[in-house]
Amino acid sequence: MPYFGSDETVKELKRALSNPNVQSDRLRYRNYVLRVIRSMTQGLDVSSLFMDMVKASATVDIVQKKLVYLYMCNYASHKPDLALLAINTLRKDCADPNPMIRGLALRNMCNFRMPGITEYIQQPILTGLRDKASYVRRVAVLGCAKMHGLQPGTEIDASVVNELYALLRDPDPVVMVNCLRALEEILKDEGGVVINKPIAHHLLNRLKDVDSWAQCEVLTFLLRYHPRSDNELFDILSLLDDFLHSSHAHVTAATLRLFLQLAAALPAVQADAVLRVRGPLLATCGAQSRELRFAGLCHVQQILRSQPEQYGAHYKRFFCGYSEPSYIKFRKMEILVELVNDENVALVLEELRSYCTDVSPELAQAAITAIGRIGRTYSEPCLDILTGLLALKQEHITSAVVQTFRDLVWLCPQNVPAVCHALDGSEETIQDSEGKQALLWLLGVHGAEISSAPYVLEIYIDGLKAELSPTVKLELLTATVRLFLSRPAETQDMLGRLLHYCIAEESNMCVRDRALLYYRLLQCGVQETKKVLAGPKSDPSMAVLTGRLQEPIGQWASIFNTLEPLCGAESWQVTASGPESDILAQRTEGDAIPVHRTEEDVLAGTAEEGLSGVSHTDEELMLSAGPHLSHEAFERLWLELGVSHCEALGFPRPHSAPETLQAALQLVKIQTLAFSRGETLPWKAYVYTHSCGTLILAELLQKDSEDSEGSLVVSVKQQSEREQAVQGFLTVLRRALHSLSMEN
Amino acid sequence: MISQVFILSSKGDYLIYKDFRGEAGKDSISVFYEMVTALSGDQPPVVMVTFRTHKDLHFIHVKQGGLYWVASTKVNPSPFTIIEFLNRLAALTKDYCGSLSEKSVRMNFALIYELLDEMVDYGYIQTTSTDILKNFIQTEAVSSKPFSLFDLSNVGLFGAETQQSKVAPSAAATRPIMSGRGEQGGKNEIFVDVIERLSVVIGSNGMLMKADIEGEIRVKCYLPSCSEMRIGLNEEFSIGKSQLRGYGAAVHVDECSFHQAVKLDEFDSFRILKVCPSQGEQTVMQYQLCDNLPCAPPFRLFPTLERDYGNRLLIYLKLRCDLPPKSSALNVSITVPVPKGSLSLSQELSSPDQSAELQPKNKAILWEIPRFPGGAQLSALFKVEVPGLSSASLLEVGPVSMSFELPKYTCTGLQIRFLRLTPTQPGLSQRWVRYVTHSDSYTIRI
Repeated sequence: MPYFGSDETVKELKRALSNPNVQSDRLRYRNYVLRVIRSMTQGLDVSSLFMDMVKASATVDIVQKKLVYLYMCNYASHKPDLALLAINTLRKDCADPNPMIRGLALRNMCNFRMPGITEYIQQPILTGLRDKASYVRRVAVLGCAKMHGLQPGTEIDASVVNELYALLRDPDPVVMVNCLRALEEILKDEGGVVINKPIAHHLLNRLKDVDSWAQCEVLTFLLRYHPRSDNELFDILSLLDDFLHSSHAHVTAATLRLFLQLAAALPAVQADAVLRVRGPLLATCGAQSRELRFAGLCHVQQILRSQPEQYGAHYKRFFCGYSEPSYIKFRKMEILVELVNDENVALVLEELRSYCTDVSPELAQAAITAIGRIGRTYSEPCLDILTGLLALKQEHITSAVVQTFRDLVWLCPQNVPAVCHALDGSEETIQDSEGKQALLWLLGVHGAEISSAPYVLEIYIDGLKAELSPTVKLELLTATVRLFLSRPAETQDMLGRLLHYCIAEESNMCVRDRALLYYRLLQCGVQETKKVLAGPKSDPSMAVLTGRLQEPIGQWASIFNTLEPLCGAESWQVTASGPESDILAQRTEGDAIPVHRTEEDVLAGTAEEGLSGVSHTDEELMLSAGPHLSHEAFERLWLELGVSHCEALGFPRPHSAPETLQAALQLVKIQTLAFSRGETLPWKAYVYTHSCGTLILAELLQKDSEDSEGSLVVSVKQQSEREQAVQGFLTVLRRALHSLSMEN
Repeated sequence: MISQVFILSSKGDYLIYKDFRGEAGKDSISVFYEMVTALSGDQPPVVMVTFRTHKDLHFIHVKQGGLYWVASTKVNPSPFTIIEFLNRLAALTKDYCGSLSEKSVRMNFALIYELLDEMVDYGYIQTTSTDILKNFIQTEAVSSKPFSLFDLSNVGLFGAETQQSKVAPSAAATRPIMSGRGEQGGKNEIFVDVIERLSVVIGSNGMLMKADIEGEIRVKCYLPSCSEMRIGLNEEFSIGKSQLRGYGAAVHVDECSFHQAVKLDEFDSFRILKVCPSQGEQTVMQYQLCDNLPCAPPFRLFPTLERDYGNRLLIYLKLRCDLPPKSSALNVSITVPVPKGSLSLSQELSSPDQSAELQPKNKAILWEIPRFPGGAQLSALFKVEVPGLSSASLLEVGPVSMSFELPKYTCTGLQIRFLRLTPTQPGLSQRWVRYVTHSDSYTIRI
């Protein structure tokens, strides 16, 4: 910090410190020393006073001594030659009869970060290791580490290491822990301090005597110990048991981490340990210190990755407090989304609903997004709430709701009719570009089901001159062309106007190029355009089905009780791998939003690439659930018709629950009629669908898993032969089954 | 492993800076301050830096007393440890300096350096126990005279109302007490505070949706030496769901944990905690009670909403205080969210000491009642002018949140039967037991 008049201050201090009158008056002397330290803290360079401060160190006043040492440690590296003058005083103090003075002098001498100091401190440190007073031994032990840190690369002094290992048996607990710390630093290149069986048992037995900070550290060191036998393992676990319930959050967390690590091969023990820290962890989530609360919440999030059901009954603990800062509220909402279940969904939604009208727009939007996430599982109540929010006609709320609708429809296509119905009139309220993009996407993709779609688009096209955001214009172009494909009569005129404006008057190159692309595409014919633009209307990977998977505890056990859960995985990776990967991380982040990706995919390459890339998707669109087929009718048809196509899919059947399989196929409009239960072999399933005006029946058969690597064989029968329909059906089926297999 | 510790004022002034390992330069302070101020809204307590000069330097900070308490580290430590350490540092600073503020830290910087020097060596925490530290700390605290213009903390800059000051629980139970080392020293006092924080959500139908109590027994000790203190709790005190004791009105908590120095050998049979308090403040016991309020929630609200002449919204609130008649609530403030775009407010309140105002920035009405006796019922009528009022706008009214303080009252009913010091201290020692319940979050849906 620049400091005006600093020269005068330093001069004045120098004058005062060298004034014999001041030096003889203890209090005045100390006050001037204090002023030096104060200036130093404020960022003023007072290194020129070093000489005077060295003189001031020769005093009986301990307070003054401490202050001068603080000063010296700070400037020793700038003035090594002058610092050597102070060494004598310090070495004399190291032999003082008062252990406090001895420790103080030794600690500060070791803190001088300057080359060549080691030869002066080596002897006092070695003496200090054998001092009677534990206070001095503590300092001396860490002094060994400091000495090593000052001359990296030099040979490790084996006698010091041995002495430190011996000091692990020191009666003073802090000396013991300091020995671990010092050895860890000295032996860093060899993999740190060795925790063998005797040491591990010694540490475990001393664990009760040391204070909570040291407990944490010892528990962390024990992470690298592997018990030899199960008996030993269980002895250790029962010893650690009490610490799971420590009143200190940091001890609980460190113990749990060790527990999870030791019991890595015993999932039941792990799960039990996680269950037992629930109480302390929930208490941390309600701690008075907000920062501690935040850390607790972040770790609960990790546990939820494996065991969401454990916290389901405690959902009320995660209701946001009125006065909590928003970073805590955001985390709590994320947790609420994770632990929602059939019993608490109504109350959780009611709570989230009350956040949607919060003063802070960010918080309101986060609440709306959270409701949308719950809507993937519990569509109906969530859609009711979201539709109700539209009536408020507030910019940020409507925008967030429409964006949530877009994501919901993408992932759960069964909500399309409800969403299309709700959208009416929202265009008047939306002002921001993200909201507009979402609305336009919905209008383009599902325009056939929204009666007012052309009129809304017309409003946007008429107001195009005033629109600033190029992304909105791009989205408008795509939406209009898409709507033109489904409702040509109503849209043709405005599409012409839009293309004309964008090609003739638009100054943004991207928008202009996109308009030109569409113009030329339309010249190639409507069918061609359709092939490019009619991408899938819902997430083809069916992430919804695979989304709520419970990970094994081992996935997060290694990052438990580290900083990583607090920063989120993405930012952590960015940090860990340096600034170069920033761009990469942003890339993947962009990919996380599925809607944009398909757009980009289609439009990234040339038109030809687009054609080949999406050619199969328009067949998929032709699949329809059609009229329901009874078992008898199916059986009769199956016997009548001959097999038109038979193919091995090349992967085994998905081992998911039958309900999941049925739901997944339903999503892609394939009806399941019957399938064998459980793990019986051969496994069979009968499915049917309608496509291109024909009925397709299929049998999925898996024979013994031994011989053909368990590949699934599909036999297809058709009412009237249509090769195209079969190919489309197979593509859809393959993708659906494949995504289910990935899940397992 | 802590690399540096520093304390910054909210304006970014350097108050304390100590480098333990010499791994990072002093400019990391300004890097940290830039990052903290650059981020909008409230910043999570962990900040990362990946500048080329500070590769992988992590800052962890807590905010207490309006100051940033920051630790920086190059490794990946336990966040709980660092946060608890910073909290402990702040608590020790408060113990030693009397209060926690920019002024007291500035005045006592030498003492804080001394504390840090003994607490941390080469980045490793050595001790934070008051009993050990007091042998080493030589500097005497400079006590900053409490500013006596009543309580200025409730008034913002130029008298402006700040949200923070309204929301912050009142400081009655944590009021700084003169340091035992100051000139008023020699006053042998011991304070035992039972502090409960209440978080309640009441549904629109008046049902209690959530009621959690977090409580603690805090001891603040100024006795220079005290061998043992016995704290007797209610004999009917029971923990957990199954355990029930005695016949009287049981005092029940779900979970409780004790400070590691507490001896519990008489706890099971007589509910007596034995502790040797060290000087300064410490939490002896913490307990929680979830979803099972032993008493009626302290406040009930009966709201009525009405649209009047197109653009006028009438909010009629009837608030009842269900505390026993002897107790009363202090500093009650009620925040009622109103539709966006509300222009003006006219109110009818039942007594002149209450106040109400419209805060357009928070789109809320703030109704304040300095004192609310138990069993009483107060009502208020607010007429809000909202242009373009629609029936959907009514959805924007609510939920109502309240903050208050209930002195001499605990919701769980936990009482301290007796407080005995052994050996009996010579006459001078004074023992105080105080009870207070704060509203952590009290929300009533409309």
